[in-house]
Amino acid sequence: MKNEKKHIFDNPKNVKRLLAIFFTSVIILFIMDFFVPKHAHFPWENWPVFYAIFGFVACVLLVLVSRYILRPLVKRKEDYYE
Amino acid sequence: MNNVCIPPAFIFIIGAFLIPFLSGKARSTYVVLLPVAGFINLISIPMGTLMTVPFLDYTLTLVRIDRLSLAFGYIFHIISFITLIYILHVKKNLEYVAGFIYAGAALGTIFAGDLFTFFVFWETLTVGSVMLIWARGTKASASAGYRYLMIHVTGGLSLLAGIVMTVMNTGSIEFGFIGLTDAASWFIFMGIGVNCAWPFLHTWLTDAYPEATIGGTVFLSAFTTKTAIYALARAYPGTELLIWIGVGMAAFPIFFAVIENDLRRVLAYSLVNQVGFMVVGIGIGSELAINGAVAHAFNDILFKGLLFMSMGAVMYRTGKIKATDLGGLYKSMPWTAAFCIVGAASISAFPFFSGFVSKSMVMSAAGNHHMIAVWLVLLFASAGVFHHAGIKIPFFAFFGHDAGHRVKEAPTHMLIAMGLAAFLCIFNGTFYKPLYSILPYAATYEPYTLSHIVSQTELLFYSALAFTLLLLSGIYPAEMRAINIDFDWFYRKPLKAVERFFARVFNGINSYCDLVFVKTLTTQINGFATNATVKLTNSLLSPLLRANAKKSVDENPTSPKQGMQRDIDVEKAFSTSTSPIGIFAACAGLMIVVFYFFA
Repeated sequence: MKNEKKHIFDNPKNVKRLLAIFFTSVIILFIMDFFVPKHAHFPWENWPVFYAIFGFVACVLLVLVSRYILRPLVKRKEDYYE
Repeated sequence: MNNVCIPPAFIFIIGAFLIPFLSGKARSTYVVLLPVAGFINLISIPMGTLMTVPFLDYTLTLVRIDRLSLAFGYIFHIISFITLIYILHVKKNLEYVAGFIYAGAALGTIFAGDLFTFFVFWETLTVGSVMLIWARGTKASASAGYRYLMIHVTGGLSLLAGIVMTVMNTGSIEFGFIGLTDAASWFIFMGIGVNCAWPFLHTWLTDAYPEATIGGTVFLSAFTTKTAIYALARAYPGTELLIWIGVGMAAFPIFFAVIENDLRRVLAYSLVNQVGFMVVGIGIGSELAINGAVAHAFNDILFKGLLFMSMGAVMYRTGKIKATDLGGLYKSMPWTAAFCIVGAASISAFPFFSGFVSKSMVMSAAGNHHMIAVWLVLLFASAGVFHHAGIKIPFFAFFGHDAGHRVKEAPTHMLIAMGLAAFLCIFNGTFYKPLYSILPYAATYEPYTLSHIVSQTELLFYSALAFTLLLLSGIYPAEMRAINIDFDWFYRKPLKAVERFFARVFNGINSYCDLVFVKTLTTQINGFATNATVKLTNSLLSPLLRANAKKSVDENPTSPKQGMQRDIDVEKAFSTSTSPIGIFAACAGLMIVVFYFFA
């Protein structure tokens, strides 16, 4: 694999750059949210950064529940049904 | 009104039977042009057409063109065209024939104006689809296909029961709004529910779709569930129960998808999740909600097809589909990776991608009706779908840990098919007006407001943030070589135990009977029948024989075995029918006496 051409994410710098861009945009969105008028169906949609917090909490919950509750219940060996 | 036209289903189904007569380039050209011919035929049929055919005492409506059926008709043609380009590498005819019969059956179902025609095509759908599963030719696909068939046949029977009851009650076979009222409507409802992959009934989908052929899964993802969505939109719009069924569908699969290792199975779970949004829309039943359901079905066929195609291409090149075996493929399959990301962005409803303009209609409809719980669960599901389909699929296949596969890029025809689907995903997301113009109701919804764009982007970026942080911190569940049991466990394990129990009981009885009646009793009766006469004769003659034997022993004391020899002589004489006449006559007389007493 030595002669193989270097790909974009083989360089850890590029991964860091990508993460930096991502974290910056996350912060920009956070700030932007305070200035965008909402047409809301529900009162909580007008809370600042409601969607950001919801998205984050939802995904953390999703992963934690899947990993620590669902997986121990349903995980079986690959040849379980054979 | 009777307008004669060529039913769109016929072009596909009759066209399918010509495929075996072609080969090579001719066949490739033919299979790609057939959906085009079908599409030209479809747009030439005027809106409002009702093509009727008399059948026994009834009138069948083979073709009914209205806004609802036409929207599905368009997308079914488009995805057939794309999928056929995608599978051009396939050598065997089976997949092409099954694909066209399956797609044709879907067209027949959505354009059917009466319950009989609807049912016939509905069942053809099952036949076509199971062929696409079996075409894979593995042991796993054979048994998954069999389970698939069993479930769909059961669903079909429920549908048939409902249809027969409806026709008995009303005397009409028209297929229109039904609504949940009597037992008949419940039977039809449940029959459609099986194909729609409702919770607990969904296992055929997540079980069998990942076992089908590479192209078969793309076909499958488009038709069965969407035909069911059409049927629900036709017969049960505004049924409140559907809202809760849809909410369940949108919510529970995402948990399974997070821990699933087989990437096509992850997509199968997210398919159930997306169909959940459509079912909620139909349950709400407002014009906006139905429009949302149909638009989302249209878009889902494209982006889910695209995602299945990209995973199929990975499977075609590497032979692997499990997340544990993949990673780093962006290096060797950059185009496939790019198309996969377009599909992922579309299913996640990023602005300017197709999910954004359709999923939000259903969300807005739920908001308009102030359904707080429904809205919150759908928002949760929106974040969740980004997590497992939007990030997990591309990340584990194309990025993440480099599994060292150095393969060629997907074949050109696959890239063309994926490119077409990706183009339509972006087109529908950016220029949404053409899509909105074919929806069942006039669409006044405006997806691109600043508020919507910012809130949706925020939701997705913070979901991605959660993924990134969990992954960097090592909390994100590692992919494992394991399977996860689902509700199919109930018929794959306990039912198997029941089967084993009955097998033990009945096979036990069987072998016991075999031992008693076949092996023991028959031998004994046989032996008795063979030896009875000689034994009887022997015992009757025994005084005489004994006397004889005694005499011979007296005469010849050196061989005492001679007496024994006499016994054997009698038996031998009997078996060769050379006994002295006197003995024979005595036996015959004896038998007559026996018969006299017993008969």
